[in-house]
Amino acid sequence: MKYLYFPGCSLKSSGRSYEESLLSVLKKMNVGVEEIDDWNCCGATNYMAMNERNAIGITARNLALAEKQGKEDIMAPCAACYMGLLKTQKYIETEPKVKETVLTNLKKSGLEFENTSKVRHPLDIFINDISLDTIKDNVYAPLKGVKVACYYGCQLTRPYATFDDQRDPQSMENIVKALGGTPVEWPIKTRCCSGSMTSTVSEIGLRMSYLILKEAKDRGADVMITACPLCQFNLECFQGKMSGKYGENVKMPVMYFTQLMGMAFGLDKKELGLHRMLSPELSLS
Amino acid sequence: MTMKSTQNNLPLQEISHESDLDKNFGKHIAKMAHGEKLFGCIQCGNCSASCPMSVYMDHTPRKIIAMIRAGFRDEVLSSKTIWLCASCYNCTVECPKGIKITEIMYALKRDAILTKNYPKGFPIPILSRTFYNEVKRSGRINETSLLMKYYFSYNIFKSLGYAALAIKLFFTGRLILFEKGIKNKAGLKQMLSSSKN
Ligand code: SF4
Ligand code: SF4
Repeated sequence: MKYLYFPGCSLKSSGRSYEESLLSVLKKMNVGVEEIDDWNCCGATNYMAMNERNAIGITARNLALAEKQGKEDIMAPCAACYMGLLKTQKYIETEPKVKETVLTNLKKSGLEFENTSKVRHPLDIFINDISLDTIKDNVYAPLKGVKVACYYGCQLTRPYATFDDQRDPQSMENIVKALGGTPVEWPIKTRCCSGSMTSTVSEIGLRMSYLILKEAKDRGADVMITACPLCQFNLECFQGKMSGKYGENVKMPVMYFTQLMGMAFGLDKKELGLHRMLSPELSLS
Repeated sequence: MTMKSTQNNLPLQEISHESDLDKNFGKHIAKMAHGEKLFGCIQCGNCSASCPMSVYMDHTPRKIIAMIRAGFRDEVLSSKTIWLCASCYNCTVECPKGIKITEIMYALKRDAILTKNYPKGFPIPILSRTFYNEVKRSGRINETSLLMKYYFSYNIFKSLGYAALAIKLFFTGRLILFEKGIKNKAGLKQMLSSSKN
């Protein structure tokens, strides 16, 4: 099993521990990964707000580079990159004018493009290719008694993804169960964390992320897991600020789902990037 | 029809005559968003109900769709609503008429920028522009450089509130100071067409 890996910008900087833990966990399960050579930024939500053709164009370059490198599926761990890649494929399929511009530009830069790669999120890969049984087989320290709030955020399941339910996804819950933990029931797991608004309109951004942490705490979660570097950043790095601002302590461990998997697999803290986290540590005892 | 804008710090405009409306605005936005379906809106309000940002917006998504159709061009384009849309796609998934509201919000952002109608001094369009230019320049986003440039064009003092966090990120190896960008910058430039939207 092998995948072409599209990390995106965050996984190389503030979200490094997502890359570290994802690659460590995949290695433990003998899954091969090859980074797409010379990939560029996916444009996130900002490119679409400025120029549609260019937003589709820069992402199409990544898809074309992947095709050039191999026939394997593309693995995109960041929810925004993942959604952007799916959206680009869809636009090229359904909007002939956009397609024409993109193909002409790709040709100019020496790239062929057939739009044939499959874009996958690691959650999809873990559940549908690797299987929950293999995950179970790798558990070394079961998460006995650990209550986990699985947070999906928005763009991971909406609007293009088909690997899970758009309103009540279960992929992470199933992984948590395979690790021996207990997922908590909570209705707001696909509510938006506000994206980059924590740094632009922080009065709104912080409040949105605060509500998510508070709900998880109220439901008795010991830890929250995420599958997107932006959600992770918002929920992990502003806990002190929010607790002060809204007069309620919302400090709790927030980590990537791959870090929690790695902990249950008995992997080393450093391999999982746990030394980089700013939220309280989850102790398994 | 009388309609008074209530948003803070924005130029107020009162529409009191049919002739102030831009009748072609709906068609124009539908074309930009690849979404003729917007004319089938039944004003059910599912979009507003499912939108996590609607409580902070000056006009809810449902109202924005109605205003687009009726031709309230300036009010729509200068609203904060379109910039507060976080592109979470809740509305798109919940709309019973298959209207791609998120894409309409994107089209409105682009039109507001093209026609210079966005709320001046509002931080979100500034971040979008800074981000756009950073990718154009290096091919990848370096968060340090992005945020420095953003705060420089928005409000340098606002960055002070994040200094403590930046230091923590630096010491945990999560703040990368230099990022050389992609190798084939010329290849990426080729993907950026000169077309305006
Ligand atoms: S959900 Fe769809 S049909 Fe209902 S008000 Fe919103 S745009 Fe109109
Ligand atoms: S995509 Fe925008 S308008 Fe739609 S629900 Fe999300 S924030 Fe609201």
